[in-house]
Amino acid sequence: MIKVERLNKFFGEKQVLKDISVEYQPGKCSLIIGASGSGKTVLLKSIVGLHKPESGSVWYGDINFTTLDEPGKKEIRKEIGMLFQGSALFDFATVEENIRFPMDFFTNWSSEEKLERVNFCLKRVNLFNVNKLFPNELSGGMQKRVGIARAIALNPKYLFCDEPNSGLDPHTSILIDQLIQEITQEYNITTLVNTHDMNSVMEIGDQVSFIHKGEKVWEGSRNDILTADNPDLNEFVFANNMAKRMKELMQK
Amino acid sequence: MKKSLELLGRYFILMRKVFTKPDRRSIFFKQFFTDVEKLVIDSIPIVAIISLFIGAVIVIQTASNIESPFIPKMYVGYMARESLVLEFCSTMIALILAGKVGSNISSEIGSMRISEQIDAMDMMGVNSANYLILPKIAASTVFNPLLMLFSFMLGLVGGAMIILFTGIVTMSQYVDGLHYAFRSYYIFYSMIKMSVFSFVITSISSFYGYNASGGALGVGSSSTKAIVVSSVMILVANLVITQLMLG
Repeated sequence: MIKVERLNKFFGEKQVLKDISVEYQPGKCSLIIGASGSGKTVLLKSIVGLHKPESGSVWYGDINFTTLDEPGKKEIRKEIGMLFQGSALFDFATVEENIRFPMDFFTNWSSEEKLERVNFCLKRVNLFNVNKLFPNELSGGMQKRVGIARAIALNPKYLFCDEPNSGLDPHTSILIDQLIQEITQEYNITTLVNTHDMNSVMEIGDQVSFIHKGEKVWEGSRNDILTADNPDLNEFVFANNMAKRMKELMQK
Repeated sequence: MKKSLELLGRYFILMRKVFTKPDRRSIFFKQFFTDVEKLVIDSIPIVAIISLFIGAVIVIQTASNIESPFIPKMYVGYMARESLVLEFCSTMIALILAGKVGSNISSEIGSMRISEQIDAMDMMGVNSANYLILPKIAASTVFNPLLMLFSFMLGLVGGAMIILFTGIVTMSQYVDGLHYAFRSYYIFYSMIKMSVFSFVITSISSFYGYNASGGALGVGSSSTKAIVVSSVMILVANLVITQLMLG
């Protein structure tokens, strides 16, 4: 479980996160949604410690992550897998070396054991015969899959995905969403997905937090979102004409 | 002033992260040898070409300035050797490397920063500064002094070649000059300088790359800053070391 308590983050004079409190449960896909610039990426990066919040705390189980020193944070991070917006695969390494990277640092496995794990992770994300390819030889969707394979390489307890669907076509987006959901349920991972894609929300949003101008203004499940009465959320969810017409029809 | 001090503070904070014990010694040495190839061995061709030509030019210039019959011609070799060992093979080569190696390091690390590859390493619990920067600093501070020796020898060869082609002085006069009043301490001094300059180039370029922001333009700008600041700091370090070792 991850618990965020009264998190505040400033960049200079500008407050980008305002008093955010939220809890995320294992085995569920929790989504942070919001418009571009609303502060959702800053929230995600503050939770994982890539940004240091000015006040508030982040708990991983019963450990207060925000008060830990670097070695302490390092121990928690070994239990975290993260999929970045642009995949963030190391371009100096092949697919196999990318997935093996955390194993080289944090395990004493033999080369055969590492290769076996690499192949298992690749199979889990439905990729075959790509071990020796470099990231620039893969499509966007394949890069995301390799990113997921690398994120699950050390059996993480927590999985963070920053805009997993950005730059992907709708069909590939759904496949990536389904993959994230399957992995979450299969390994009982606490998964946090940062997105502004409504298809993802409706596909995998077990728990959805809506961030607006740095504040958490709404929380609920994908089933609640269509009937919510928060005006900011409605403006975000029903942004285009088709969605607005759907909402009118639903209300009738 | 406040900005400069802040920058200096951030530089030292980064260096503290860099100079920690590597997570895995085997990974460090793998990176170290990769960086020796990339930063030192790959610089050999450019250093060789420049050293040969500059050695030849120094000989021509020195010979053309010695017109008095009372100054022995062997001074051409002596002056070429002293110019090469004292200044050219360390300071000039370091300034060239600041351009070649410095831009390479800052753009490589800068690209990794903006494409979130460094964040990905940090997220895994890997000390990205130590993993990416320490092998580069170690490789260049250890092996660049050998590059300086190589440059010195090629500079002398360049001088010899121009003498062979032009007969500006005789070869025996040139060789006598090379042997005249030789102080091995100057070689030591030059190697120390090169080692310090290499540290300056790699650490400053890594610093600017590591803190790059703002997309491709940011990477370009960090690369330019890295070269300019490294070059100025090489000149400052040159002055300080010369005062300390020869003053």
